[in-house]
Amino acid sequence: MAQLKSFFRKFSWLELLALGLMIAFLYPFLIVVLNASKTNIAITDNPIALPTDWLLFFRNVGNIVNDPNLNYFQALFNSVIITTFSLALIGISAAMAAWVLVRTKTRLSMTLFLFFVSGLVIPFQIVMLPIVELSRIIQQTVGIAWKDTHYAVIFAYMGFGAPLSVFLFHGFIKSIPIDIEEAAIIDGCSKPEVFFRVVFPILKPIFVTLLVLNGLWIWNDFLLPLIMIGTGGDTKTIPLAVANFAGAYVIQWNLLLTALVLSAIPVIILFLFAQKYIIKGMTSGAIK
Amino acid sequence: MTETAPVKTRKKMGKKASDRLWFWLFLMPALIPFLLMVITPFGMGIYYSFTNWTGGLNPTEWVGIENYRGLLTDYRFVYSFLTTGIYAALNVLFINAVAFGLALLVTRKLKLTNLYRASFFIPNLIGGLIIGYLWRFIYTLVLTRGLNLFDSSPLIGDNALIALIVVVTWQYAGYIMMIYIAALQNVPEDLIEASRIDGANAWQRLRNITLPLIAQAFTVSLFLTLVTAFKQFDTVYSLTQGGPPQLSPPWLMNLVGMTNARTVESTELVANVIYNRAFSFNQFAEGQAMAVTFFVILAIFSIGQVYFNKKREVEL
Repeated sequence: MAQLKSFFRKFSWLELLALGLMIAFLYPFLIVVLNASKTNIAITDNPIALPTDWLLFFRNVGNIVNDPNLNYFQALFNSVIITTFSLALIGISAAMAAWVLVRTKTRLSMTLFLFFVSGLVIPFQIVMLPIVELSRIIQQTVGIAWKDTHYAVIFAYMGFGAPLSVFLFHGFIKSIPIDIEEAAIIDGCSKPEVFFRVVFPILKPIFVTLLVLNGLWIWNDFLLPLIMIGTGGDTKTIPLAVANFAGAYVIQWNLLLTALVLSAIPVIILFLFAQKYIIKGMTSGAIK
Repeated sequence: MTETAPVKTRKKMGKKASDRLWFWLFLMPALIPFLLMVITPFGMGIYYSFTNWTGGLNPTEWVGIENYRGLLTDYRFVYSFLTTGIYAALNVLFINAVAFGLALLVTRKLKLTNLYRASFFIPNLIGGLIIGYLWRFIYTLVLTRGLNLFDSSPLIGDNALIALIVVVTWQYAGYIMMIYIAALQNVPEDLIEASRIDGANAWQRLRNITLPLIAQAFTVSLFLTLVTAFKQFDTVYSLTQGGPPQLSPPWLMNLVGMTNARTVESTELVANVIYNRAFSFNQFAEGQAMAVTFFVILAIFSIGQVYFNKKREVEL
């Protein structure tokens, strides 16, 4: 009891300010979660009242899981596939490229590095319309389906992820002493062995940073999937599915809010487990 | 001796060739998608902006700078361009002010510092599209019918742009706060202590010690917020859909040389106007000319700002 008292006495007005701001920041989430357990009429009637029956949340979930416009599990599956494959492939391809660009000291390798980095200033908006045409050209000349496929979107993310990833790996690899690699070569390692056995494990910290940066970007991205998949596509990701659902009817708030809760849950759970890495990854990525 | 020399050279040559082979093999997995999905459409986009491309398979003809000349009298584009400028400026100001304030607050000795930091950061984890729908609910129902703060939703009034900026600030401030926190923690404690002993007050300590030492964090944050503001698309798409429509102001009509007032969309930013122009009006070439213009301005701003800030850092 005495401890509790001293705990409260030490609560300064700054602490109160921070507490108040925290509640204000979290209030939008709180109110959405509350309303996800109501009927549409109850929401429009009084959006700040507590729900009368919390179990209604599960009925709302049932409705949106079965909704043909949203199809939550299909969208979750697509988002997971696209994000994981893109992350793995961006990480490996950019690390490989950055490594040979650092270790080969020629004018060509310097030019290629600057070429990659120049991609950082290209906004998606300038390529989004040509990509529509490009997809058609690829489909016709190569003869494989391109629009609305997982691999096309993953391939596009490899391209758009390359500039930042190559840049960050490049900076990191420069700080690794070359002696270790030379020792491995003397021991008889081939080039790929040197990279995958010796160099790649050392890249772990920067690899994690990129997982965070690229992961949040790809998971939440809307414009690229909108162009390459479309809201009506079979491989639509969670943001596309939510947009498709919201555009399909006059808004049914109970279902839309439940959809928002379900789409936010995976990232928030991940954040609770990997908070340290996520915050570190995002800030160190920005400062470099 | 004479026998081994050619062998050695051949071996060396072989190593060089194999090095070159490995160089390209290691480069390809990143270079091919980058060339095909970024550089190729970038080049196509610049070319298309000089043609009458309609996005279909119709053959396109070269029209020179026709599309760009058209932009100067395109009242909807000019309006959205200016809106984006105002939006970006206010966004940079709001986000950085809030983020820096929060960073100062949570670097004090508070009991629940980590919880506060995490809470301020969480909105940033969720995508702009989802955030837009979430706040559409807050504005249209919670703040009006629920809490009675407004008579009608701010999203359909004159302040829709401010409403949008509030949402983006809420979403982004926690992230920028983390950058300021990282910088503030690098300010040496003894330097602050020394100035305190010398009799500097809190404002003087902030102004003369802390701010110069975290100048780099300001460069990074201003740049990040400016670029993301220019590229904004998702939240507008879900929060306001570019609306509400309003009658074009007279100065705008003077600017583009028209006499009659038209409707303009009050929160339609450049990215949204490009998208709508192509996919709702089927004017792909015009949309692409806007995109190229947008790119050039973005590039100038980015390079200019970094240059300016780097210069100032050295002076400090």
